[in-house]
Amino acid sequence: MTSQLIKNKQIVEDDWLIVDLAKVEEIIRMQAGKVVAFKLSGEDYPTKEQVSKTIFSDTGKILLPLKVFILHQDRLKKRVEKKEIGIWLSTHEEIDKYIELIGDLNDFPLIAVNVEKFADGRIFSIGNQLRNKYNFENELRAIGDILRDQIFFLKRSGFNSYLVKKGRNALDAIKGLDDFSEPYQGAIDIVEPAWKRNKR
Amino acid sequence: MYKYDQIDQKIVNERVDQYQGQLDRYLSKELSDEEFRPLRLQNGLYIQRHAPMLRVAIPYGLLSSKQLNKLADISDKYDRGYGHFSTRQNIQFNWPKLEETPSILRELAEVEMHAIQTSGNCIRNITTDQFSGVTKDEIIDPRHIAEIIRQWSTFHPEFALLPRKFKIAVTGSKKDRALVQCHDIGLEFFINENKRMAIKVWVGGGLGRTPIIGSVIKNELEWEHILTYCEAILRVYNLYGRRDNMYKARIKILVKSLGIDAFKELVENEWKYIKDGPNTINTEELNRIGEFFSEPNYKKNIKNNLCDYTDEKAFGQWLSKCTNAHKKKGYRAVTFSLKETGKAPGDASSSQMRAVADLSNEYSFGEIRVSHEQNLILADVQEDKLHDLWSKAKEHHLVTPNIGLLTDIICCPGGDFCSLANAKSIPIAQSIQDLFNDMDYLHDIGELNLNISGCMNACGHHHVGHIGILGVDKNGGEWYQVTLGGNQGNFASIGKVIGPSFTAEEMPLIIKKIIEVYLVNRHEEEIFIDCVSRIGLEPFKDYIYQKSEAVE
Repeated sequence: MTSQLIKNKQIVEDDWLIVDLAKVEEIIRMQAGKVVAFKLSGEDYPTKEQVSKTIFSDTGKILLPLKVFILHQDRLKKRVEKKEIGIWLSTHEEIDKYIELIGDLNDFPLIAVNVEKFADGRIFSIGNQLRNKYNFENELRAIGDILRDQIFFLKRSGFNSYLVKKGRNALDAIKGLDDFSEPYQGAIDIVEPAWKRNKR
Repeated sequence: MYKYDQIDQKIVNERVDQYQGQLDRYLSKELSDEEFRPLRLQNGLYIQRHAPMLRVAIPYGLLSSKQLNKLADISDKYDRGYGHFSTRQNIQFNWPKLEETPSILRELAEVEMHAIQTSGNCIRNITTDQFSGVTKDEIIDPRHIAEIIRQWSTFHPEFALLPRKFKIAVTGSKKDRALVQCHDIGLEFFINENKRMAIKVWVGGGLGRTPIIGSVIKNELEWEHILTYCEAILRVYNLYGRRDNMYKARIKILVKSLGIDAFKELVENEWKYIKDGPNTINTEELNRIGEFFSEPNYKKNIKNNLCDYTDEKAFGQWLSKCTNAHKKKGYRAVTFSLKETGKAPGDASSSQMRAVADLSNEYSFGEIRVSHEQNLILADVQEDKLHDLWSKAKEHHLVTPNIGLLTDIICCPGGDFCSLANAKSIPIAQSIQDLFNDMDYLHDIGELNLNISGCMNACGHHHVGHIGILGVDKNGGEWYQVTLGGNQGNFASIGKVIGPSFTAEEMPLIIKKIIEVYLVNRHEEEIFIDCVSRIGLEPFKDYIYQKSEAVE
């Protein structure tokens, strides 16, 4: 079973092709006796070499790694205008640092944030920043280790499509969107807190 | 106290359904251990040495008698007839069955209780002063703010999976009893020059493996911005806190490595996008919440009959140690000690819980508070009823007059229960309580906080104990490291290690020696911690490690 995409509370066909980074040998790092499971924010990954070795198709709707897009953006201008280019970034990549280099975010019909590990909550803050600080208005997609129990929080943090992890039940994950009906705090989807929305 | 409306009740009910679903998926192997772990932890469920441990939230330590009775019922029905009150003002059940946890939560929801965010890498229970609302020096009843933060932080979508746990404390009075300087965020209310309520914001304090007193990130924050400012701090932490090493993942490490100024700059930069945004609170909302904590119907002209009992020594000792001044004339706040010798500190049996619930109905408007020192409090007791209350509570072993004294030990569950612990802590507490069982001697020693943690996670707050004991692992054996000079409150400080660690058997004697050095050196009326500050660690070290015969 491949990954299924959830959008508007339905499983839909995905017409975007995710471009993966070129494979390089990864160094396994240890901290406090354990394999490091998370990349640090600002860590130099992917490397220059990896970015330059990454290849992608010249036609169709493609979702490019952030740094790969930055490297090739001059020759991608036409395709950006045709709305064929989306970008994806990882949770350790600091959007603040790259924002100047990528121009108007709303040129992209789709931005995706990749989370390697379920427990990595940076994805929520990145969603919030993209919507609130950088005013991104188009489709914001969560990809990677996406399971049912993040989806409610992702929705509230500004995401509106979810590529559920391979082999997981996406129909069940859709139910997660409605885990709570009246959240307390204002966030991206429901802006006002409960005490402003209701007479309490 | 705060009462649920439909919105609160719905959230708690929906949470039980969600958790039931998560557990079902785990039991049917749809979720792996690793995937279920953060989910169960966010619901207070640990897998411990003997059985799962369930930690139930007691928001800012406040309980109704109905809730306490429910906790007693749950401990009988699903556990072994007792519960452990923790230093985060919560209660823990040590013997529930995994399959029964949803039923426990459903029963808790009936009395407006839950286990939401009592563990895991999220915003934990907000703690405050146990004497909120009844102390004289209060600028604001901190429970108002704590309730506002509780609602805001409950299932906060952005902060559900932080690098590590996150603890917020609020104090509304000049005298800090909430340890605000030892929290991830500490909020200290004061009145500013324009006679408006404002907040001094502390950040990056904490105990645990790397004890640090917090830094002030904002000297004066207008109270309306409390949630958006916390949001900005948490966003920076969520993005930049270290996820690669769990021992370096707390916000204190981030603040320390960036420096408070650089950290503050990041926070202020995030704040400007959300300042004055929808989560800004206003007077109306503060008042709406405040209404729930309005004063009970205090009686006037209460006759003071305490002089009738002057020849009852036990009552006198209890009166001086276990009751506190109250803002209303004729009332006192009563602390029931859960530190009776021979009992695990902080444990209460179901019959004790029911007794306290009944006594609260009879003497204190049906409300109970849990202190971070792990005792139970009736905050509004008439002075003329104190003797009646004492006599009744005595039957239930609740009147040990040791509050604030050496045997009022703060203690984590330790190696008897907790799988994180390096060493046992309860037996150490008990052996010390046994040695200092003479009440006269104990009262002569006077005010002294002794805190014990079974490991460097510091659930027993050993760093801020005047005497701190930490369980350490040395070549697989259980050893105990002793610190002196820790303190909580406005003059918070971290205790210093006196030297090589000791065995469990040595511990009572070591404490005895520490006390001997103090008694010889103290000036009149000088309490232990002041004496340690004055004379330093050397006399203690010398005597304990036999470099000299310091005590003559």
